[in-house]
Amino acid sequence: MRFQLIGVNHKSAPLDVRERLAIPESRLPDTCRDLTAYPGIEEGMVISTCNRVEIVTHTTNGSADLRGFLHQQFHLTADELEAHVYEFREKDAVRHIFRVASSLDSMVVGEAQILGQVKEAYATARAVGAVRSQLDQLFTRAFAVAKRVRSETAVGSSSVSIASVAVELAKKIFGTLEGKTVFIVGAGKMSELAARHLMAHGCESIFVSNRTYDRAVGLAHKFNGQAIRFDDLYEQCDRADIVITSTGSPQAIFHREHGEQFLSRRKNRPMFFIDIAVPRDVSPEMGKLDGIFTYDIDDLQQAVSSHVADRRKEAELAEAIIASEVERFEAKLHTLDVVPTIVSLQDHLETIRQAEIDRVRGRLGRLTPEQETAVEALTRGIINKVMHTPITTLKTAAKESEATTIVDVVRRLFNLHEKGKETQKEATPPEKKNEVGTRQ
Amino acid sequence: MSLLWLRFALACYFIGLVYAFVALTRTSELFSRIALHAASLGMVFHFVSLVELFLSGQVVWTSLHNGESLLAFFSMTFFMIIYAIYQTTSPGVVVFPIVFFLTFVAAIDQQPVLLTQYVSHKGWLVAHIILIFTGYAALLLSFGASLLYLLQEGRLKAKKSSSLTSFLPALEVIDQIGYRSLLLGFPFMTLGLLTGTILAASTYGRVDFLDPVFLLSLLMWAVYMLMVFTRWNSGWRGRRAAVLASFAFIAAIVAWAANYFSTIHRFAAS
Repeated sequence: MRFQLIGVNHKSAPLDVRERLAIPESRLPDTCRDLTAYPGIEEGMVISTCNRVEIVTHTTNGSADLRGFLHQQFHLTADELEAHVYEFREKDAVRHIFRVASSLDSMVVGEAQILGQVKEAYATARAVGAVRSQLDQLFTRAFAVAKRVRSETAVGSSSVSIASVAVELAKKIFGTLEGKTVFIVGAGKMSELAARHLMAHGCESIFVSNRTYDRAVGLAHKFNGQAIRFDDLYEQCDRADIVITSTGSPQAIFHREHGEQFLSRRKNRPMFFIDIAVPRDVSPEMGKLDGIFTYDIDDLQQAVSSHVADRRKEAELAEAIIASEVERFEAKLHTLDVVPTIVSLQDHLETIRQAEIDRVRGRLGRLTPEQETAVEALTRGIINKVMHTPITTLKTAAKESEATTIVDVVRRLFNLHEKGKETQKEATPPEKKNEVGTRQ
Repeated sequence: MSLLWLRFALACYFIGLVYAFVALTRTSELFSRIALHAASLGMVFHFVSLVELFLSGQVVWTSLHNGESLLAFFSMTFFMIIYAIYQTTSPGVVVFPIVFFLTFVAAIDQQPVLLTQYVSHKGWLVAHIILIFTGYAALLLSFGASLLYLLQEGRLKAKKSSSLTSFLPALEVIDQIGYRSLLLGFPFMTLGLLTGTILAASTYGRVDFLDPVFLLSLLMWAVYMLMVFTRWNSGWRGRRAAVLASFAFIAAIVAWAANYFSTIHRFAAS
């Protein structure tokens, strides 16, 4: 496992540093090619998003000069690099990739976008041949881990922005937002953002009212909506299912009696008031009416904070999943390391067995089919017994740090590198051959 | 044998009953699916039980227990229709316990309480029972939806973040379930009461207007009509609608319970 990773993210580097390191999408294939051509790197991939730039590699000897690569590509000074980059190797690199793909390392933990970005980076690097067997295994596993984290924890299930919380609340009241009408009272930036979110989720029409009528017209135009004069607000407001209000009025503009009028005209169909004004535009008394649901900025913020806290709790569960997945991945890679040796050993001994049978066949004379089967079974049994201990030792060693040493020893003992010659050289001792012959 | 199938159905409905209690405290998608499958299986057993009873020729249309079994089955059918339309098992919170109770009562007793020994017009009787039970089942759903509406409204008003992740569907969806059940059930209930009155008059020669079952049924129907009217006219929902639905539902239960001591369904005995 010779994975090595270097990078910067929103926690380690300010935006201006990340900007200098960011690689445009069009340049990613070339950067991947440059990376694999760099000394000591077998495979490489680049993840470049607005919050992170990471170089992920599989190296020839476990230690490539990735800082040198960064310096060469981006002309950053050593001091700049030292101050902001992080570097992970082997197991730590695997853990980091799993965390990134699962969105645990994101600015907004649990956001879904990062997985798509990593998948795109992987596809780009794979297309230019920079990702082959090792990184392929790592990222295939990382995507599976991310999926597991999503399905087994609720890390990405709740909204963590005021606009998205408002949309979710509206959906809890109205079910679908298809065909619903939004009324913006007070043309501010935040209400515009919330309205945009609601429209994106299916709301059909929009009214805008502002003390300055021209501003209402301007905003209504953006949404293809209708401007309403502020004087007509109370006459028209009941036409909306969702009211976003953010006027600068020092007193509430919606009172209980207004709510009663609206409900009466709407035949008690519910209304949702998103009050993002400070001081509030909707009096608390109005919110007490059946059918009127009012959420002020504090309520929305509280919901956001609570969801962020929920995500943190879920992130702890996700970290546990990742820890176990890193162990599994490491064990799998180690097992894969010893597999070629085991296969070579099996081939080697099978070749010897076949050669010996052929050699003594003339002396044994004509064998009946039953005798043929018995010879096969006997010789295979001996081979299997001989191989049992080395194979078990190799498999056990695969999970430990001494795997490489044991693999080397086995290969040297059985001369596994020189298969062609060894078949001739390593004949079974004569007494063994006799033993086989006698039994026939 | 019919009773055996009914008991299998009861066992399945028990899972629904457990779901109803669990769903009030926490959300579990898996358990919701299990409860739905158990309820579907229960309905199959229940259907087999009813068909077998019918085919055996031993069906006693006037048996209180057969009636309870039929009502439970209709209620489950309504629940499944609602599920097919809205993809929510939430009404099960109210429907499952009542269905379990009705099936339980019907499944434990081999000796049904007979409402009447003799009826002259069997066709009218069957129509009366089917119509009134469909009306009851719709009322049950409507009542359940009212309670869920109150629960969801309360959560949204309390501004708890858990309201966003609760098992309950959106307020308007619950409202639609309640209103549609109400609209669907009202004609059935009206026709059911009408056929019952005609049946009583033709079998018995007169209608005892002071009988508790008759009075309570009339009260229930009046409240039912009031609910439909206030909803249609002023869009009453939420607390006020729930109060009316509860009132109608209690009247329905009391009217049903009154069968155990009323004489209206025991023409031959009186």
